[in-house]
Order: sequence, then structure tokens, then C-alpha cells
Amino acid sequence: MSKFQFPKSIQSRPVYGTLAARPGKDHLMIADAEGAEALLDLAGTARDLMAKAQVIYIPRDSDDRYLARLREAAPAQLYVGPSYAACVPRLRRILADAHMGLQVYLAGTEGLIGQAMLEATTAGFPASAIQTEHRGSVARRVQCVHCKGITEDVASTPFVCAHCGLNLFVRDHYSRRIAAFQGVCVDAEDPGQVPTPEELYR
Amino acid sequence: MTIQFNDETFHDDFTFRNSEWAIRRFPFPFHEDSYMYSVNLEPHLSLRPGSVFEKTFDLDEHYVAEMRDRARVLADDPLRCQSLPHMTLAGWDLLELIMEAKAREYPDLFELHRDGDRWHWINRPLEIEQKFTFMDETTLPCGPMEYITRQTQGDFAVLDQRDDNLWLDAGMVTTQADWSLDFDIGMNFFEWHAPVPLAAEMGIFQRALKFLLNVQQGTPARRLNWTMTVNPLLDTSPENYHKWGVQKTQLTPENVGKKQHLRVELQTFFRLPRSNGIVFPIRCYLIRLEDLVTVPKWGRRLHRVLRDLPEELATYKGFIRNRPMIVEYLSKFDDGAPTSPGIWPD
Repeated sequence: MSKFQFPKSIQSRPVYGTLAARPGKDHLMIADAEGAEALLDLAGTARDLMAKAQVIYIPRDSDDRYLARLREAAPAQLYVGPSYAACVPRLRRILADAHMGLQVYLAGTEGLIGQAMLEATTAGFPASAIQTEHRGSVARRVQCVHCKGITEDVASTPFVCAHCGLNLFVRDHYSRRIAAFQGVCVDAEDPGQVPTPEELYR
Repeated sequence: MTIQFNDETFHDDFTFRNSEWAIRRFPFPFHEDSYMYSVNLEPHLSLRPGSVFEKTFDLDEHYVAEMRDRARVLADDPLRCQSLPHMTLAGWDLLELIMEAKAREYPDLFELHRDGDRWHWINRPLEIEQKFTFMDETTLPCGPMEYITRQTQGDFAVLDQRDDNLWLDAGMVTTQADWSLDFDIGMNFFEWHAPVPLAAEMGIFQRALKFLLNVQQGTPARRLNWTMTVNPLLDTSPENYHKWGVQKTQLTPENVGKKQHLRVELQTFFRLPRSNGIVFPIRCYLIRLEDLVTVPKWGRRLHRVLRDLPEELATYKGFIRNRPMIVEYLSKFDDGAPTSPGIWPD
């Protein structure tokens, strides 16, 4: 089961819902890994929606597990990309060409949802036209408050910043503008005294 | 009165000192012997000549040194000053508010001459003279918010008001109590306060927001906030925490009176006329414990407040590890005598 019940959390953290078909001429769906399940569930309830939908899908470590079923759902356009970063130029072009009224559906990891949400809102689409559904990994995207580098897929805290090498704990504080949680040096007051990493949400 | 500006530092050798005058006018934040969060907002009216509440933007002996420290921090990390593109108008509102208030309230230090939109600003303590066109960014060396806040003590959060919320869309933040403008910019009122423990459950932010959304032009508000800082370090930023955090471990029973400071923020809130934004200046005052206890009422009261503070608050405010040492030091200045109500010395 790819659904995860997030514990009651801070005010800055995004809240995810369940994708539902909305009326409209144009639909853009972006998903990664198990996020495909959310799109398939949506397609199951609204087959004709897919005929109007452009889908960007990044399989990540799910490899080809969902590809056949996504093709079967018959979206107007299905693009399978190797990484989120590789999809960004295409996504920006789609958003730039899109008309007002575009409905956006985001599904998968927090990193994917957060970054794609940022692209869509930056392009001028209102939050009310964007739906999200979390599926799959609960790993977080974390920005180091010290060097500003972003480490993807952080599954435990503390962890080592991929950029500057400081030991960071994941602070429960989220920036939509950066689409990341905040990482803060864990051993500033006791250099070298790094607690044993624990999985997030344990 | 004429202010003698100190030549002092807020980093490395920490030569910052408060004169007798600065100690007596320190904004002691506790009106009783205990502390809990509250929406302690009151009108920002001129109060008690000589106190930090007298002027719109208080200026003291640390002005020149604080501005030097701000320039140093900005050179090191330009992300401490940011303004989202729609906030330039609010920046002009702020520049006008500060220049008018300073020229009016400190006429021996500042002058503002206006001929239509052609303005002439003189800042004597910083030896700045600038002729510019109001609302024309190209006539200033940098954006209007950055320009004026490089010349005004305190951090500045400039908030946009929309959707019944306040959005932190611009700021100058170099003397902060451990929050990051670069991370928080663009957040709404609830989002940027998310890391504060207990207060959300108490409904503090709902009530504070309701109040702030209704602040009217010409009727600013204020409140005090506080924390504890080892060494007179203005830049207690999360960005540099990996550098300054270790200073917290250098406190000993012998040096605690000199090194441990009470850090008080005078927070004020002004409605901006053209942008309908809110500016939220956060002015930081520091005082060593050994200077603070020269006012007997403050020594007694600070001892009781810190001793009885809930653990979550001491943790959030970042002094849990040093609390026993601080309380032990302050206990020597608490004879158990009753204290008078209010913040002022007896």
C-alpha cells in the first residue's frame, strides 16, 4: 500500500489530498514512482478525463512496474522521463503554453509534488487549480540552512548535507518557495557528537 | 540630548558595552515574576521621555556600530536582505516612514528636504547625504527598503496583506533570533511561525493575526519579545549557527555574568499607506546579566522568570543547557523580596 498517514504536523507543512476529476478542457498530470497508482485510481473513476490529459511520469525505482497500465489508461500524451530535473524544461514549456483553466494533478513523493507545485504557481496557476496526492516514499527534500544546498530523498535524521558535509537534523519547517524542509547543524554546540540517525516518522 | 556613539563590535572580540544611560533605559520585558506567551500588543504611543518607547524608531549609542555590523553581515551573505518583486512600493512606503520620523524626532542627526518628488536626505551619524527622486529606484544606490534599513537599527519584516493573511514578502534580517529570511520569505503568518512551540495550540497566532490585519495607518502597535544570547552577538542567524553555536558551551560560573546576555526585541507594527502592507521592525537590545542586576528589581524578577520557565520554552529559546548556571548566578541577586508590578525600575 503506497498511502501514508502523515502525523499531525506543523502549520507550514503541505497537506495532501486525494485526486479527483475536475471539469475542464486541459489537464496536466505529473507523478513519480508510486504516484502512478494515484493517476490509475483517478483514471479508473474518470476514463474520459485521460483523453484530455497530458501526463509526465518519472518511474524512479519503480522502473516499468506501472508503465503498461499507464499506457492502457490512454492519456492524450504520456511522457516518461528519467528524472524530475530532466522533465523541468518540458514542464515549463507546457505551463507557458497552457490556457487559464488548466487543471493540474500532482502525485507521488513530497519532493516531486513540492517542486512541480512551485513551477505551476510560478507560471501563474492558482493553488485552487492544483490537486495533490502523496504516494510512496516519505523521504524529504531538505535545504541546508547553512550552505543552501538541497539534499534529495532524506529518509533519516540527522543526515550529512550532500553539499557542505555538515551533520544536519531535519527541522519540521517547510518552505513552498524552496519546496524543501529545513536542515540545521545538529552538532554545532558539541562538535562531533552526532546522534544515531533515526528514520523519519518513527 | 546628544548621543555619543560607541566604537564597538558585536563579533569576535565583542567590545559592545552599555553605558549607565543605556542600562537604565533597557526595555526589560517582564511585567511580573513569571512568563508565558500572550498577545501582548499595545498601541505604539510615545511613552516616558528617554525610554525606548519615546520615539517612533528608537536610536541609541549603538547606532553606528550596529550599522557597521549590518554591512559586514550583508557583505558576507547578501541573502539576508530580499524583496519579492511586488514589494518595491512597500519599500518606498517604509523609506518615507523612517525618513520622516527620524528627521522629525532627531533633527540634530537627520534632515529630510522635499521639493515635490525630489528628496534630499542627510544622515549625520553615518555621514550620508543623498539626493534622489522619490519612487524612482534608479536614483538610489540600491532598492528603497535596503537603502533605508542599512541606516536604521533593527531587523525589518515587510508584509503583504492579501487573502486575509500577512505574507512575509520582503525583509532585512541581520540581527535575528535564529530564523532565516531566505527560508521563510514568501510564507504566510502561520507558516513562518510554524516552529514556535505551544503558541499555536494556545490560539496566539490567530489572535495576533486578527489584530495585525486591522492595524490602521497612523496607529502603530508594539510588543516585547525576548531570548537569551551568549556574548553580545547580533547575528544569531541559523545560517551561521554552525559557527556561533559553540559559544554557548563557553559559559562558566565565573564568566556567566559578563558573557550571558538578555536579548530583548522591541517589535513594532505600522500600516504602510500606498501598498497597504505592514512593516514589522524587530529591534534588538542586549544587556549583560551583571549590568542587568544593577537594577535590583530586574535581578530578582529575571531569576524567578527563568527558574520557573516551562522546559519547552527554554529549549525553543535555546538556553536550556545553560539554564542551571544562569539561574544559580541570578539567585545571588534575589533576596526573595516582593517586586513591584510593571517593567520599570523602582
